[in-house]
Amino acid sequence: MLKGRNLIKPNDLTVSEIDEICGLAEQIIVDPNSFSDVCRGKILATLFFEPSTRTRLSFEAAMLHLGGAVEGFSDAANSSTAKGESLSDTIRTVSSYVDVIAMRNPKEGAALVASQYSNCPIINAGDGGHYHPTQTLTDMLTIRALQGGFEGHTIGFCGDLKFGRTVHSLAEAMARYKNNKYIFISPNELQVPEYVTQELDEAGIQYTTAERLENVIGDLDILYMTRVQKERFFNEQDYIRLKDSYILDNQKMSLARKNMIVLHPLPRVNEIAPEVDSDPRAAYFKQVKYGMYVRMALIAKLVGAL
Amino acid sequence: MLNVDTIKNGLVIDHIKAGFGPQIFHFLGLDKADFSCALIMNVASKKTGKKDIIKIDNIINIDYSVLGFIDPNISINVIKDEKIVRKIKMELPEKVENVIRCKNPRCITVTEHYVTPSFRLVNREKAQYACEYCDALYSAGSID
Repeated sequence: MLKGRNLIKPNDLTVSEIDEICGLAEQIIVDPNSFSDVCRGKILATLFFEPSTRTRLSFEAAMLHLGGAVEGFSDAANSSTAKGESLSDTIRTVSSYVDVIAMRNPKEGAALVASQYSNCPIINAGDGGHYHPTQTLTDMLTIRALQGGFEGHTIGFCGDLKFGRTVHSLAEAMARYKNNKYIFISPNELQVPEYVTQELDEAGIQYTTAERLENVIGDLDILYMTRVQKERFFNEQDYIRLKDSYILDNQKMSLARKNMIVLHPLPRVNEIAPEVDSDPRAAYFKQVKYGMYVRMALIAKLVGAL
Repeated sequence: MLNVDTIKNGLVIDHIKAGFGPQIFHFLGLDKADFSCALIMNVASKKTGKKDIIKIDNIINIDYSVLGFIDPNISINVIKDEKIVRKIKMELPEKVENVIRCKNPRCITVTEHYVTPSFRLVNREKAQYACEYCDALYSAGSID
């Protein structure tokens, strides 16, 4: 039963609840008109204490496509927070007006605090570098829709695997399904943290590491790209030596399988060359659309519309 | 050798790691007590070389989970009519609240002071706790 629940971290949802949400999202994709009125009379508040383009617009578009209404703010400076109001008071107030809240806040744990004071479901739309569960749902719906399910995939995670929260969340979420293998492709400085590999060990997930994308891209069913930032490197020589290795271009794509898909949480900077965009395996813009559909399904479930 | 009077009815908190006695003494509010109590530091110990002991000449309510968090090797002897009637062994609690504060500057508890600091045990072998809000890791063994 998802009605009235909060979504604070990806594993708040059981495997069967993820199936339920993705299944509904797939129904919406097939026939969106049938769902265009299911949230009539319901209001979503988008409380964004720090800027975001795609996540906020994705939530708002999702609610509007369900026939609901949207209110909120996109910058803490436009809220009573600027006057020194506590998060708990903001949430108590807003949750008196609306049916569901999507909140982004730069402080880690902010969504959990909000859920303790709210009269309506809280969806964590990012709490600092901590959790971003609807990005994980987006990634999972994309994988399910384009690769037929959650099991038996070899997934390459490429780029900044140390600080990339979307990588950690997806790796943990996909570890709950059978026969997935991971290849972590990153420079030494940006390897996936030990707490993640510990969890994978406990889950019995096979994983290997690689320093160069071109050496392993041919083994992958899914390539999850993230940005490598220059300032993360300890010295410039290493950055110069390795930076091209983490830029996906047509030459590297020529080494990949025909049915591999490329995902990216976006925004992209230069880690995927624009020439790759026209490759049918480039799925990152489809992923954006799946993000909206999965948020539609999530909102509809949490407010009890379906 | 230092002599402290025998307790008639009260508690002896024993096997405190040397140096941790004052922290516990203050945490239990014994510095403001109106009954007899003693903090004895650096007592010779066969097991650990040195230890601290607190003797309280009164039966008071103690949050044992906090003592377990500070040091799971602590033991408490309950004294009645000058005899030990019960020995209580500490262990690491599953959860501690209002004992330490999260030091992660990005944690919500740092700015929203009304939130009760809460930590859950995540690794018993390593005595490791995680902040309930931001998941920052801490080792058991100290209080703010």
